[in-house]
Amino acid sequence: MREMISMIVVLTLLASVSGGLLAAVKSGTELRIEEQVLKFQKAPAIESLFSDVTNDPLKERFTLETGDRTLQIFPGKMKDGSLAVAFETSGKGGYGGDIGLMVGINVDSDQLVGARVTTHAETPGLGSRAKDDLTFVSQFNSKPLDSNLALKADNGSIDAISGATVTSRAVTRAAIQAQELYSQLKPEILKQIQ
Amino acid sequence: MAHSLATEFTKGLWAEIPPFRLVLGLCPTLAVTKSVENGIGMGLATTFVLVFSNLLISLLRNVIPPKVRIACYIVIIATFVTIVELVMQAYTYPLFLTLGIFIPLIVVNCIVLGRAEAFASKNTPVLAVADGLGIGIGFTLSLAALGAVREIIGAGTITIWGGNPVFAVGDWYHPFSFMVEAPGAFVALGLMLAGMNLIGKK
Repeated sequence: MREMISMIVVLTLLASVSGGLLAAVKSGTELRIEEQVLKFQKAPAIESLFSDVTNDPLKERFTLETGDRTLQIFPGKMKDGSLAVAFETSGKGGYGGDIGLMVGINVDSDQLVGARVTTHAETPGLGSRAKDDLTFVSQFNSKPLDSNLALKADNGSIDAISGATVTSRAVTRAAIQAQELYSQLKPEILKQIQ
Repeated sequence: MAHSLATEFTKGLWAEIPPFRLVLGLCPTLAVTKSVENGIGMGLATTFVLVFSNLLISLLRNVIPPKVRIACYIVIIATFVTIVELVMQAYTYPLFLTLGIFIPLIVVNCIVLGRAEAFASKNTPVLAVADGLGIGIGFTLSLAALGAVREIIGAGTITIWGGNPVFAVGDWYHPFSFMVEAPGAFVALGLMLAGMNLIGKK
């Protein structure tokens, strides 16, 4: 009986102390990690999406509130004079958790500029191709905003990466979420960038 | 158990150097040693976890009930691994991206759990720290050496923390990229093991 109690007490104490410690470290590093993600994940994705903009989308970023989340919006002025925005959504249900997707949308023509995968923890060599091999995400290029961005297997218009259907589906979920967010936020976005 | 501090520390550097003598912890050894930089990063992360988990387990060795000791060790080790992961994300993000999944896998690295079970749970905190530091540095050196062999043969250069290569073979050399692929890891490790045994025999 005594042994039983000491087992329970020791394990409970250890687990709660380490939980507290981790919470402290997490909140201590949160801001810096956000900065690093912006620099090493979001910035390259935006640069590759907006390869011919005349402004600096990173410097001109602003935030919008939608329901329970704040969304960072990166505005871009294209060479042909049209305006575009990029923002990041996350697709639930990848193999290694949520998959971040930076989606660029041309505000004047209501077309997608494109999409790039940012943060993910998918299997190297399989799901990670969603990020490393641009042929998959380039299917989003210049799609009209009202097109069905689900996988072809789900009656949509996007071909899945062979061998990585779960990852591909999570990416399309992020793209569909971007469509929804954009249609909600369009009036506010227009107000901000004009 | 009357070993001195110095022997506990130095045994990790040669006599029990982890991947070569004990042939333990091969998953990170083979997977991340594409370059010297990755090897050092992985080695330092493992050393940090080893030292602190050894210290804590040694301090708590009379408190932890024997029946749940493995669960306790895993909780302690996993805590330090998560701290390493967060700190790496905050300060060395590019390294975190290349090491990726192998950082959380330090939790199940048998070197860490092996030292906890075989050494730290039976010795005083000072000896346990010396042991963790020795094994950790030995592990780091092994990974760096293996990374150096693979990077020199596979890429012809050694690059540490961005910038220009600190060492280059020269333009006449055609990189043998097999060595930076996964099979090259086995070949390089096998050759180094053979070399270590040859020296040890004398």
